[in-house]
Amino acid sequence: MTIVTAPAPAPETRKRHRRRADDVAGLGAGRATAFVGPALLIIAIFLLFPAIWTIYLGLTNYRLTGLAAANTSFIGLDNYRDAFGDPSFWNSLRLTVVFVAFSGVLGQTLLGFTLAWSLRRVTGWARSVLETLVLAAWVIPGSVHAFLWIALLDRRGGTLNAILDTPGNAWLINQPMTVIVLFNIWVGTAFSMQLFSSALSAVPPSQLESAKMAGAAGWQQLRDVVIPNIRGHILTNTLMITLWTFNTFTPYLLTAGGPNGKTEILSVYIYQTAIPGGQLGLGAALSMIMLVINLFIALMYMRIGRRKA
Amino acid sequence: MRSKLQRATTSVALLGMVALGATACSDETTTDENGGSGETTQQTQQTVSITSNAITGGKNAAEADWIESWVVPEFTAAQQAEGVDVTVNFEPQGVDDEDYKTKVALDLSSGKGADVISLDGIWIGEFAQADYIKPLGEVTDNADDWDGWEQITDAVQGAASFEDERYGVPQGTDGRVIYYNKSLFEQAGLPTEWQPTSWEEILEAGRALKDLDGVTPIQLNAGTAMGEATTMQGLLPMLMGTGQRLWEDGKWAGDTQGLRDALDLYKTIYIDEELGDPILQQEAAGRDTSFQEFASGNIAILLEGDYFWRSVINPAEGVGTAPMPDRDEVVGYVKIPAMQPGSGIDGQDFVSMSGGAARVLNPNSSNPDLAWELLKFMNSPEAFEARAAGTLSISPRDDVNAELLSSDPMLTFVSEEVLPITAYRPGLAEYPEVSNSLQQATLDVVAGTSVEDAAKDYADELTGIVGADAVMSN
Repeated sequence: MTIVTAPAPAPETRKRHRRRADDVAGLGAGRATAFVGPALLIIAIFLLFPAIWTIYLGLTNYRLTGLAAANTSFIGLDNYRDAFGDPSFWNSLRLTVVFVAFSGVLGQTLLGFTLAWSLRRVTGWARSVLETLVLAAWVIPGSVHAFLWIALLDRRGGTLNAILDTPGNAWLINQPMTVIVLFNIWVGTAFSMQLFSSALSAVPPSQLESAKMAGAAGWQQLRDVVIPNIRGHILTNTLMITLWTFNTFTPYLLTAGGPNGKTEILSVYIYQTAIPGGQLGLGAALSMIMLVINLFIALMYMRIGRRKA
Repeated sequence: MRSKLQRATTSVALLGMVALGATACSDETTTDENGGSGETTQQTQQTVSITSNAITGGKNAAEADWIESWVVPEFTAAQQAEGVDVTVNFEPQGVDDEDYKTKVALDLSSGKGADVISLDGIWIGEFAQADYIKPLGEVTDNADDWDGWEQITDAVQGAASFEDERYGVPQGTDGRVIYYNKSLFEQAGLPTEWQPTSWEEILEAGRALKDLDGVTPIQLNAGTAMGEATTMQGLLPMLMGTGQRLWEDGKWAGDTQGLRDALDLYKTIYIDEELGDPILQQEAAGRDTSFQEFASGNIAILLEGDYFWRSVINPAEGVGTAPMPDRDEVVGYVKIPAMQPGSGIDGQDFVSMSGGAARVLNPNSSNPDLAWELLKFMNSPEAFEARAAGTLSISPRDDVNAELLSSDPMLTFVSEEVLPITAYRPGLAEYPEVSNSLQQATLDVVAGTSVEDAAKDYADELTGIVGADAVMSN
């Protein structure tokens, strides 16, 4: 039943066999360098240098204040040893995995797809209203989000307590992880919805029609026609959402990592360690660990994408 | 297509304007700094800036108002009279103390920041060790040349010193007391004139107050969210009440009987008898909320510094963040009792903790001598008198205190009854980190960890901070 439209292979292979042109644009090496130079310089200054600087800082005992701020010394891999030996790091990593899995991969992807799927035949004002509602969550700035949610969940006079008639329930203290997971789903679902909407509109109607003629039920059409068609989109979407959720800092505005570290996801943990905690060296080492995890996630997705292509 | 093009043009034009604006601004600053070198004017134009964690309409509003409407115009006028054209910029902040500290540290580490900076005295050590601030004598040549030093006692000067060097001018001192709501006491059948002489008497009052509907009897700060307020107003006064100093003879108090007793009090209040609200201690804005709750009569007993009286619940227009119009009638203040009579440090019956802010000079200042002039000006008797017009606080100057304090019964009380029995935090660079571990210990207890485990975890962390040789446990 799966029909994959493969591109005609003939011209591709021919090109590949031809010798590569040395100077397609006819600029010459000097002028080409002059064109690329400024961009490379900016990348070097704003991306490469900070990255290398972070690696270096991660190997020092640099602190925001105190003796180590004035006389920073090289301590090798001690920061990494400290991080890996610290239960609060593993706690933070565990919370991050839970947060990414539930709010990003499961929540945003599933909810976004469900919305896109159920909206695919809705048109006119109903669609506009729904899209606007979902998009509103996406376009509102993070600080405003946080304010709205605090007003909703506040222990004294919060909207949710008034609606549920649960006066004095401190949602942010009692269910902190659930709150930030729901919060992040609400914030990010619009992206998945938009991406899946456009992907669904690209599914050839003829294939769906044939599937229907062959007697495929709704979920069979979904499994055998739609999903194979939008597989690339699903991968891209999951990759981006995973990375965004992994790096997001907005939950800090709701719970500040609290209570007692129960919502200290990795980005918040690094901030708490490096800035208010003043341990800039350790913070840099943690950032490196986070960067490596990010790279690993990206590579993993690219692998999956390539293997099945 | 056309609209796209138009939009692009607009963006480019906007960008251009921003760039122009930026250039215009930087031109302005350049003239400010180099101004006067021209022959058109004989006056020299100079700029000097102040920063403090104070903001009009918010935190420490009285101080911000004083700087904006007294210090800036008066200093400008005084300098004008000497033929110096000065522009004073005030950079207000209104955030949690920890955030303010971070901001100032980042400013100073990047060679920036205001010329005159307000700091908590307890940060002086770590800032000095980081070379962010320097002894006054190294920043300006005229540091000793000020008659104000004679008016400031050595003990008070200690709040702005590190390793026997003056780093700034202290801004006064304060003391911690117990505040209680007299009308709630009356409703609970308790005497409105009250002075507990042991922890047990505080708990007894709490038990009576617990019967009142919707009233949290006791607020004893706990947890890391309240930051230094937990250490200063919560754990340390209790620790002093057990006779245990935090630092003595070169050693820090680790897992001691005193610490366990103090943590046990937290357990009694928050877990065993539910006389306090453990959730409030963990809320991100818990301290501000506790102020609001006390002001609206939902918290009956609260431990705080005199700052709470003169700033937070001050009924004067635009001063307090949680003003109480009937403050003088309803709110009582008493000394903090030791665990039992005579069990406090030095065998005292009552204890307290004191700290104090300081103003330092930024070593990166482009005009340190002018900054020092400004700092001296801000600490002149006239300046403190003008400051007292907003809210009175205990100034660092004996001459000013002798004249002004008698007008305020609360500050007289602090000055005469509390300061003689008070204790200070160790002025060591490690203190802020130790303080953080102490806060964590109270948080652990409030969140349900046993007192023994919390004290043990604290002692382990303490060892990591100061080294095993500098820790004393018993």
